[in-house]
Amino acid sequence: MTALVTVTGAAWSLPDADVDTDIIYPARFLLITEKLGLGRYAFHDRRCDGFALAPGQDSAAPILIAGPNFGCGSSREHAPWALAGLGIRVIVAESFGEIFHSNCFKNGLLPIVLPAERVAVLHAAAQAGCSFHVDLRTRTLAVQGEAPIAFTVPDERREALLNGWNEIARIRAIHAHDIERYEAGQRTAFPWLWQKEPAHG
Amino acid sequence: MLAGRGLRAHRTGNIMTQSAPSGGPRTLYDKLWDAHAIAQGGDGQTLLYIDRHLLHEVSTPQSFAMLREDGLAVHRPATQLAVADHSVPTRHRDQPVADPMAAAQIALLERNCADFAIEYLALAGEGQGIVHVISPEQGFTLPGITLVCGDSHTSTHGAFGALAFGVGASECGIVMATQALWQERARRMRVTFTGALSPGVSAKDMALAFIGTVGAAGAAGYAVEFAGEAVRALSMEGRMTLCNMVIEAGSRTGLVAPDETTFAYLHGRPRAPQGPAWDAAVTYWRTLPSDADAVFDAEVTIDASEIAPQITYGTSPGQVMRVDGIVPGAGVAKALAYMGLAAGAQIAGLAIDHVFIGSCTNGRIEDLRAAAAVARRGQVAPGVRALVVPGSMAVKRQAEAEGLDAVFFAAGFEWREPGCSLCVAMNDDRLPAGARCASTSNRNFEGRQGPGARTHLMSPAMAAAAALAGRIVDVRTLA
Ligand code: SF4
Repeated sequence: MTALVTVTGAAWSLPDADVDTDIIYPARFLLITEKLGLGRYAFHDRRCDGFALAPGQDSAAPILIAGPNFGCGSSREHAPWALAGLGIRVIVAESFGEIFHSNCFKNGLLPIVLPAERVAVLHAAAQAGCSFHVDLRTRTLAVQGEAPIAFTVPDERREALLNGWNEIARIRAIHAHDIERYEAGQRTAFPWLWQKEPAHG
Repeated sequence: MLAGRGLRAHRTGNIMTQSAPSGGPRTLYDKLWDAHAIAQGGDGQTLLYIDRHLLHEVSTPQSFAMLREDGLAVHRPATQLAVADHSVPTRHRDQPVADPMAAAQIALLERNCADFAIEYLALAGEGQGIVHVISPEQGFTLPGITLVCGDSHTSTHGAFGALAFGVGASECGIVMATQALWQERARRMRVTFTGALSPGVSAKDMALAFIGTVGAAGAAGYAVEFAGEAVRALSMEGRMTLCNMVIEAGSRTGLVAPDETTFAYLHGRPRAPQGPAWDAAVTYWRTLPSDADAVFDAEVTIDASEIAPQITYGTSPGQVMRVDGIVPGAGVAKALAYMGLAAGAQIAGLAIDHVFIGSCTNGRIEDLRAAAAVARRGQVAPGVRALVVPGSMAVKRQAEAEGLDAVFFAAGFEWREPGCSLCVAMNDDRLPAGARCASTSNRNFEGRQGPGARTHLMSPAMAAAAALAGRIVDVRTLA
């Protein structure tokens, strides 16, 4: 996974509530079996309506200020892949769809939850074309010329992003014995879950 | 009245950090969680053991790519089961899949399964169907297990008292490689449906009434346990419909405590335990229901006898109303513009041109029976195209054995092969812009059934009634 430490640049503003992952990445493009190069499909059907993320002048804004319940609906990881494909690294909203929120962390994207009043101010700043600076080490977000705002991220997820950890490798390295022990116990306690298994897994 | 009692009071409290009471009374969710905790992270996350993983063609190509990149094998292939459903055509299944991209995606799933020793239920076989329909049918879904799938409607399996939730493609890869996932424990919400449903009202109406009560994000952060007489009275099909839609209220996990209805459904299913193993399993499953004095972080009570047939009017499942009501206006201007509706109008009487009966919400045998019972009473209205898409091959065979296909055919409905079809419009079942569809699926999102298409969610009986009337109609008053 790509590491994320600091992110600096302009921000998109998309204040609509309940922007679901079907809007972020329409279902018919789910036939694609890759995860790179999906940026062109992000918000595809909205863009056909002349929809722009705003501010519009900078297509390389790495930050997205979104509305409440952003990324609700389908679990499709194509949604964060498409946003990453647009160059987005940080998404700020009052709340997120849970699966989307978790998918972001798996792909080097940082979702930040802030209270509605704060998010409203950030929308205005994004629309005014202000520059943003996010520092995951200090867990702060600053709009140019303003005092930094603190945000929270669970420790493990922060470490994973800062270091670009491979989650599978980590679980295998640290918890292989825990998993083995659990499995030995389950074979005895719930043997019906192991009926089709070879005798020594 | 629908009452969201206690919800607000609890939600303002600081319950994010609450940990499970050890030794004290526990909810069903707590018991499932505790039984699968492998390790505790520093920041409150738990490494959970995952017993079962369902795979479909859309959410796993990139998961297998992760394994290939790192040269990894699947840890326990016997715990994985794969089927193609999302992009499959629902016609001409005796011929190769016409859409080259869909054909390639389905072939890729088949190849990945062969390479990683995972059982794949063939598209042309008797086991095929929507992933959330086939797994319970096979007895692959069992009470007391953890089950994941790269699909948000994995909550469906919670109807059996399983801890089941949707994950992303990366998490599918993690589960295949390690059988474990880091997860954050949810708060617990109990939704009690008191009383009994009235005639013409079904589990789908309960699901929509629940979403309307709490809102499209109202259950975010919660595992939702459905309880009360009206839930106990539901068949497994109905319970699955109810749990299926919790994601539409923002929750990843729906639950119903296992009981005699659950055991009767599972007994003798191909992958369910048999003989002494069955007896041992049932003994364990009986310990799973929430303890009588277990405390929930939020309580919602809904009087089932007050629920009227529900219908969505907007572009979020939370934008839902009684079919005999008036379209609301406050704060939904954008949705109404998309839907071509005016605030203050009656929703009943609105002309529709498409009907879809199917999906993992309402594509089971009981749903088709309910729709057929209405279809028997007339003919699909001129200008209306109505599709019935069984949720699985087993549902299709059962319906045909009962003569339901003939009922639908005689009434002018199309009878298709199993798949997701118009629920997600990834195959060639797609609606044109401006089309208005009465649908038994679970999402009325913008463009879900095709760019610019308008979706009204409702029950199978209501959708069948709309097909006959050519307009939205209260099934209770259908002439
Ligand atoms: S029927 Fe619809 S909701 Fe269910 S799995 Fe298929 S696409 Fe998803």
